[in-house]
Amino acid sequence: MSDHDIALTVNGRRMTSRAEARTTLVDFLRDNLNLTGTHVGCEHGVCGACSVIMDGRPVRSCLIYAVMADGAEITTVEGLEGSDGALSPLQDAFWETHAMQCGYCTPGMLIAATALLARNPDPTEHEIRDAIGGNLCRCTGYVQIVEAVQIAARAMREAG
Amino acid sequence: MKAAAFDYIRADTVEEACRLLAEGEGEARIIAGGQTLVPLMAMRLARPELLVDINRIASLKGVTADGETLVIGAGTRQADVLADAEVAARAPLLAEALSHVGHEQTRNRGTVGGSLANADPTAEIGLVARTLDAEIVARSSGGERRIPAAAFFESAMVTTLAPEELLIALRLPVWTAPRTGHGFHELGIRHGDFAIAAAAAQLTLDSNGRCIRIHVGVGGASPCPVRLTAVEDALAGSPLDDAAIARATEDISDMLDPESDIHAGAEQRQRTARAMARRAIADARDRAQAGAA
Ligand SMILES: Cc1cc2nc3c(=O)[nH]c(=O)nc-3n(C[C@@H](O)[C@H](O)[C@H](O)COP(=O)(O)OP(=O)(O)OC[C@H]3O[C@@H](n4cnc5c(N)ncnc54)[C@H](O)[C@@H]3O)c2cc1C
Ligand code: FES
Ligand code: FES
Repeated sequence: MSDHDIALTVNGRRMTSRAEARTTLVDFLRDNLNLTGTHVGCEHGVCGACSVIMDGRPVRSCLIYAVMADGAEITTVEGLEGSDGALSPLQDAFWETHAMQCGYCTPGMLIAATALLARNPDPTEHEIRDAIGGNLCRCTGYVQIVEAVQIAARAMREAG
Repeated sequence: MKAAAFDYIRADTVEEACRLLAEGEGEARIIAGGQTLVPLMAMRLARPELLVDINRIASLKGVTADGETLVIGAGTRQADVLADAEVAARAPLLAEALSHVGHEQTRNRGTVGGSLANADPTAEIGLVARTLDAEIVARSSGGERRIPAAAFFESAMVTTLAPEELLIALRLPVWTAPRTGHGFHELGIRHGDFAIAAAAAQLTLDSNGRCIRIHVGVGGASPCPVRLTAVEDALAGSPLDDAAIARATEDISDMLDPESDIHAGAEQRQRTARAMARRAIADARDRAQAGAA
């Protein structure tokens, strides 16, 4: 069945590969582009592990066929660090509060929270919980994740 | 879970999408946001031969006004409708309902037309369409027709849309009278989950606080969203005190026909629907009164 040449700009770099129409964006990122930071859990849209930012908005990359994303700009967890390789304030806060155990949900949580902080620099706890409400964590109980987002928000506001 | 193989074509225009559907003879399927269809294909509950992608058809996107009707393009993302100033001002019931549809990440992809075409009994957008007696615009190579919401939803996950028809837009009537208010309530296991039952209400009060127009609808408690005309008739002309609302909704179960599933039993859905309807009507009344002040 149909194969397609697909070009994406991922974390600022243009990348191309060829894939079957049924290849999901998350499989394309992981298997074709070797960007395995994005995790894949449920493969049907309920866990949020596969979240990426596509054209400025967080989406589930298991619910998009890669061919549909042709031409899009994608940010994955690999693209969150600064150009000097330093962790982003959010990643740093996840480290500080130990907002993970097994780490399976972490890339999705980081993406969801990065998107939140980009549009809302001072979110309430309710807004944080709403933004990560579509991301399941089976380990932490969410408390440290919420705390990490609060710490990162403060650090980013102070840094201007 | 991987989908079975299929062919893929990106349609650039409505005409092209309609032609591909007609040529597909039932084996071609539209993909919009993919938030329902991709999981179904992953589980192989759907195995279309051809996917017709309508995501880049610009004419299917956006909210426009046509007199006292808001026209919402079928391809408009749920997140964009939720953020739309005109929707917030003129169709706040839809905006409030949309905040219950999935999560930010699913709303960023999921479309209004996809939700309507999918016709999940608990879907919030379909409930608002039914409650406000909206029209659904469908087009095929043979022409265009407008389907009243009451005639669009046939049963759970089934609509009267023909396989070769493309959903084009939702036409939502705007209530312009002063002292108009809306209410929307739903109960789900968690916020963003599919509802156990949901209710929507919109009403207008006269200058003495009596109800002169009221629509009430319930979702999740029947195969399709339903308008509760018996409740509306009982409340028309009343001052909408809590006792009147309670009385009018007491026998709501007679108007509903819920399924039992792993999320809730039929009786629980009926009781939930009644509680949600009472809250939605009370909210609508309070907002209409606040608008009068
Ligand atoms: C985690 C999660 C939670 C969710 N929670 C909710 C919820 O609380 N409430 C709710 O209502 N929904 C919910 N959904 C589903 C919602 O997100 C979908 O957006 C919606 O059901 C389908 O819209 P879509 O644009 O994604 O359509 P698609 O998945 O692309 O298509 C769905 C169906 O509609 C058809 N179709 C799409 N567009 C058209 C068109 N223009 N003309 C003709 N046919 C068309 C397709 O062929 C397909 O059969 C949830 C989904 C997920 C993954
Ligand atoms: S893997 Fe995409 S939502 Fe679970
Ligand atoms: S840390 Fe294990 S799932 Fe979140």
